[in-house]
Amino acid sequence: MKGRVLVVDDDTALAEMLGIVLRGEGFEPSFVSDGDKALAAFRETKPDLVLLDLMLPGRDGIEVCRLIRAESGVPIVMLTAKSDTVDVVVGLESGADDYIVKPFKPKELVARIRARLRRSEEPAPEQLAIGDLVIDVAGHSVKREGQSIALTPLEFDLLVALARKPWQVFTREVLLEQVWGYRHAADTRLVNVHVQRLRSKVEKDPERPEIVVTVRGVGYKAGPS
Amino acid sequence: MTRDGSAPEGKRGRTVGPAGDMSFSGKVSAWLLRGGQLLPDGAVSGPVHPLLRLFSRWVRRPLLPALRLWRRNIQLRVVATTLLMSLAVVLLLGVVVVGQVRNGLLTAKAQAAQSQAVGGFSVAQKMADGADDTRPDDIARTGNRGTQDSATWLTGLVEQLASGGQGVFSVVALSSDSDEPFGDSSPGTRGPRASGDVDPERSVPLELRRKLETKSGTFRQYTEIKRIGSDDGVSALIIGKRLNDVNSNQYQLYYLFPFSQEEESLKLVTGTLATAGVFVVILLGAIAWLVVRQVVTPVRMAAGISERLAAGLLQERMKVTGEDDIARLGESFNKMAQNLQVKIQQLEELSRMQRRFVSDVSHELRTPLTTVRMAADVIHDVRDEFDPVTARSAELLRGQLDRFESLLAELLEISRFDAGAAALEAEPIDLRDVVHRVIEGAEPLAERKGTRIVVRGAEQPVIAEADTRRVERILRNLVVNAVEHGEGRDVVVRLASAGSRSGGAVAVAVRDYGVGLKPGEAARVFNRFWRADPARARTTGGTGLGLSIAVEDARLHGGWLQAWGEPGGGSQFRLTLPRTAGETLRGSPIPLEPEDSRRHRGLDESGRPRAGAEHKASTIPVQARTPEAGDAAAVPEPKVSWPAADPVALPGSGARVVPQGGSVRSEEAAHGDSVRADEPDREGGAEQEAERGVDREGGLRGN
Repeated sequence: MKGRVLVVDDDTALAEMLGIVLRGEGFEPSFVSDGDKALAAFRETKPDLVLLDLMLPGRDGIEVCRLIRAESGVPIVMLTAKSDTVDVVVGLESGADDYIVKPFKPKELVARIRARLRRSEEPAPEQLAIGDLVIDVAGHSVKREGQSIALTPLEFDLLVALARKPWQVFTREVLLEQVWGYRHAADTRLVNVHVQRLRSKVEKDPERPEIVVTVRGVGYKAGPS
Repeated sequence: MTRDGSAPEGKRGRTVGPAGDMSFSGKVSAWLLRGGQLLPDGAVSGPVHPLLRLFSRWVRRPLLPALRLWRRNIQLRVVATTLLMSLAVVLLLGVVVVGQVRNGLLTAKAQAAQSQAVGGFSVAQKMADGADDTRPDDIARTGNRGTQDSATWLTGLVEQLASGGQGVFSVVALSSDSDEPFGDSSPGTRGPRASGDVDPERSVPLELRRKLETKSGTFRQYTEIKRIGSDDGVSALIIGKRLNDVNSNQYQLYYLFPFSQEEESLKLVTGTLATAGVFVVILLGAIAWLVVRQVVTPVRMAAGISERLAAGLLQERMKVTGEDDIARLGESFNKMAQNLQVKIQQLEELSRMQRRFVSDVSHELRTPLTTVRMAADVIHDVRDEFDPVTARSAELLRGQLDRFESLLAELLEISRFDAGAAALEAEPIDLRDVVHRVIEGAEPLAERKGTRIVVRGAEQPVIAEADTRRVERILRNLVVNAVEHGEGRDVVVRLASAGSRSGGAVAVAVRDYGVGLKPGEAARVFNRFWRADPARARTTGGTGLGLSIAVEDARLHGGWLQAWGEPGGGSQFRLTLPRTAGETLRGSPIPLEPEDSRRHRGLDESGRPRAGAEHKASTIPVQARTPEAGDAAAVPEPKVSWPAADPVALPGSGARVVPQGGSVRSEEAAHGDSVRADEPDREGGAEQEAERGVDREGGLRGN
């Protein structure tokens, strides 16, 4: 399994420990400890995943996250010491796919990383339709009337999960399990934030969504084709 | 009412009981509370007929706003009182002055009238006498025409006498024998004669006429003059005398003095006085209003500003002008406000700093803790390669890191509550799902303990607007606690909901049959780092913050988390949540004290049947009151002394216990509880508890 992981963390002990654990799990970690150098290191190493500490000297994690997201859909997992609403939501809105709260167990971390990398395994060719969108699962593309829409892998996975079963209403918990790989109940804000991000890209009018429809009190479902 | 200090007896015999200890002010206030009726304690005032009460309420209702205004508005009260009192004074003055004036006028009139009348009478007498002397011929000439003569003479006399007092008096002459019907006043007869248009018959009262007939002399009487063709009378003084006419026939001559002038004068005086009085009253009212306003306005301003201060607007100050008493009030008020503001700001600053410090420490600790945690896990994973001592050390290291971590997490959660940063994400949830998830999670622990977790009341959905994460955290805490302290006996989780309209409530009660709670503990279990018994160990390594967080979580929902327990009889923790987030709770569908408590089954502390089992009826908690005050007051045993309102109890954590004799013991336990005990002997204690425990089966069947 390929797995170049860029660790952006200013705490050298933690970074080293992360390196030990990641290497033990077969990943190839590289490190950067300064927010200002993070983007350069990202361009240089072209990682498959970024582990990003939110509290960084120089540019803070949120800013780094936004910069990386601006040029790549690479999975970003935030490391945060604060699980308070605002911090996490701001991180997710700036483009992170998932977050993990310190202190975490190594297994938890590895599971999160694996879940984010899992999708890079080649899927079978599959064509899906949702609303007026056409999804080529293998080709990893979403098109509306021939125009392709750029989605991050996570947003793509979310859309595919909904489009595969257009008759089903997905609760946030189910989506967390299917898309994020959480086995137990986790933070449903992940789903909320990413549905918003997805809608801002695929909906004609994000205020009145037609592709990803909210089912009040339950969750989300795919809009009618 | 004898006060302690002035007891007349040599010894100070103080009666036992609350009434004996009551201070004077206490008695007074108690008397006031009983509605001002000086009745002996316990006596009930006489029964008021319900209809009467209904009537008085019906009468009072429309008056209530006015009454409230009267009670609340001092200016209105002062002005109204001033108006009423000045009105009374002016009226009294008016009555006295008018009376005096009237008396004076009447006296003067009476004197004038008397002299006038006496003069008139003598003139009339002289005329009669003179006619006798000077006109014998005429008499002889007229011969038997004497009657005619006499009548003419009388008419002439009346006219002559009356001509001198046009408007001032009238003259009436009545023949003594004029018993024949009146009305025939032709000058030929000896009928009555009157000057002007005075109606002689109706004007001269019969009483006076009879007096004149029987007695000689001058008489007078107050009466009313009636004019011919009119029923309106004019008050008058009438003076009469019996005289002889030219033919020596007797006739009565009356002088009538009407009071029209005097009445005019009196009217004028009265009118003047009334006008002046009205002006005085109005002016006095206005003056009172102005004067009171001067005092009341600053007082009102102070009241308004202190209200705003109390509402948290600490910058509010009074406007101070001048150097009078009001200005001094304003100055000292402002000084007080200033001091308050400074103190509050200091405290707020301190508390904010402290909270931020806790939060920062928790956060700062997390990064190194993550490293340590990962390192420990790495070491733990390869512990098989170590020698036994190192391997065990690795295990201990990891285990304690778990504990450290959860403690840190809960500290952070508490600091978030303290900072007011906790937000409720409420949505309609079915509490049954939450309960089942929680029980599923607690199942491994329950199995280890040999405990069965029973759910009751889960036949119907129990829906409430709540934050799943928080409710689950509360219930997990309660269930794990119950299993932990349940001595391996069943744990019953009961669900209920009540009230379909807004204001409905749902409740989850977790009942265990373990060691229970000692008196006073039910309130303290929610205190931070509180331990039921420092001599007892925890097997799951709780942090001591779980219930504190649970209470905060419940409070965030506007709900209650309350505990009940009896020593050796188990405990019940009840979570009550409003069905709609933010509603105020008025009650809980589940009584705090379970039906199978010892007291409800009529047993005493040791499980034997008790004499006073009739207490049962009074133990259903009255939920309409606030949980703290209501439940503390509902404790039915009044003789045991424990803090009625536990000062350390967190709001919302109302609690009741069945007290035990040794309240001292619980105090000691409470004070020593913050000391952490390292793995003390649990088994021994558990067995002891089990021996004096209740019949579990019976208890459960009792439901």
